[in-house]
Amino acid sequence: MKNRVVITGLGVCSPIGVGLSDFTKALKNGNSGIRYYSELEDLKFSCHLGAIPEVSEEKKREYFTELQLRNFKSSSILYGVIAGMDALKDAKISTSKIDDDPLWDLGIIFGTGVSSVEKFRESIHKVDDRKARRLSSNTVQQIMTSGISAYLGGLIGAGNIVTTNSSACSTGTEALLLGYERIKTGKAKQMLCGSTSDHGPYIWAGFDALRITNYRYNDAPEEVPGPLNETAKGFIPGSGAGAYLLESLESAQERGANIYAEVLGGAINNGGQRGKGTMTAPNNKAIVRCIEAALIDSKVNGRDIEYINGHLTATSKDPDEIESWCKALNRNGNNFPFINSLKGAIGHCIGASASIEIVSALVQMKEGFIFQNNNCEPIHPEILKNISIEKIPTQTLYKTFNIMAKASFGFGDVNACVIFKKNK
Amino acid sequence: MTSEEIYIKIEPIIKNYLPEDVSKMEISRESDLTKELNINSAHLIDIVLDVEDVFDIEIKNEDLEKLRNLNDVINLIKQKTD
Repeated sequence: MKNRVVITGLGVCSPIGVGLSDFTKALKNGNSGIRYYSELEDLKFSCHLGAIPEVSEEKKREYFTELQLRNFKSSSILYGVIAGMDALKDAKISTSKIDDDPLWDLGIIFGTGVSSVEKFRESIHKVDDRKARRLSSNTVQQIMTSGISAYLGGLIGAGNIVTTNSSACSTGTEALLLGYERIKTGKAKQMLCGSTSDHGPYIWAGFDALRITNYRYNDAPEEVPGPLNETAKGFIPGSGAGAYLLESLESAQERGANIYAEVLGGAINNGGQRGKGTMTAPNNKAIVRCIEAALIDSKVNGRDIEYINGHLTATSKDPDEIESWCKALNRNGNNFPFINSLKGAIGHCIGASASIEIVSALVQMKEGFIFQNNNCEPIHPEILKNISIEKIPTQTLYKTFNIMAKASFGFGDVNACVIFKKNK
Repeated sequence: MTSEEIYIKIEPIIKNYLPEDVSKMEISRESDLTKELNINSAHLIDIVLDVEDVFDIEIKNEDLEKLRNLNDVINLIKQKTD
């Protein structure tokens, strides 16, 4: 028997809002979390802009004890714990008591690209100073890639699978689909999934060196061209975390849980770095196949998709992505679904991009709106050859919809696509 | 330094690493750091690092194995600072 899978909790720690309520308000208002950081200029980065969640010292102490914060230097674990614990709370699931058994049916798949670069940097300096023996006792748990899942696992008392996935910018979508499979096949009842990413120069530097960040708007962060814009020549690096509590429909109904949406299905594939695909650029044929496979898995026809939460990064690849959606859905012009991209508001949050965007998609579905695409005009003419301009909202549109698609792509030619249906 | 002077300096270090369910009142010179104060073995390493900083000494791996309670820590510090 295959279980149906629903989403019963959301959590987010983003550059436009920490917590679901502030995040939702910011989405509706079209707020931007993109800011100037003097540290990046001092370090001679090309791009001096970034996007970072605002987390006060007081807020940290809502999630961590003083002891846990000693020698703690990890923005990715901080953001992931905030988003993950918020999703659990939103789903009204209690953590297991310290002397009780773990929650055997609750698992965690929480992804990241790298973990705790600041802590790693501190360790490297100590090692090079011949002071390896002076690393703090919590070094390993922060630096190990599965650190975020290990922290969440202990706070919650999770007793099912507790692991971390990593697939560049599709990590959050992949995590959701891996959790979905686990519940569908009956191996878990509840899965906390999501992804997180550190902020700062040491994680952003490689992208800056590749010249795929936008370095032309250092003095005008509010004007950076967003996704779909003809003049967009790179993204702004971001950070944060998004989380979702997946649950079998049966378990959700038994608990009388609030249901955001049903995960109808999805697909994950790879372009093999063949054809147009490389380490850093997608094989569009693979993207089309991935979306098509997600539709088949979900038993949904391309014409049923009403809204797309795009990957759309504000690079020269945006027109290709639109073309791929047109091919996969077999729709174009005015018949194309509404589409937007959160990267115009929070930049590209790398390992956390997909999860924060999925949270934004589920919030829109629940509340019936489609947020505006920040600074998307002038729209790229190659895009307008394929779809009508009115399908790209420039003002937040208040509109209910029932079926949506989310796709994410990343380095290594990875692709993931998921289809959601509103719970009525 | 007298034992008392050393104790006054290490008590606040120990406090930082007490688990939430152990009261600060339970700290005494005789209390076993791991068995009674319930400090986990990883945090013993942090305590040693903090002690090294405060007293400007180096505690060797072999010394570490002998530390059971605060009296042991005090005696070790006395040896190293004499």
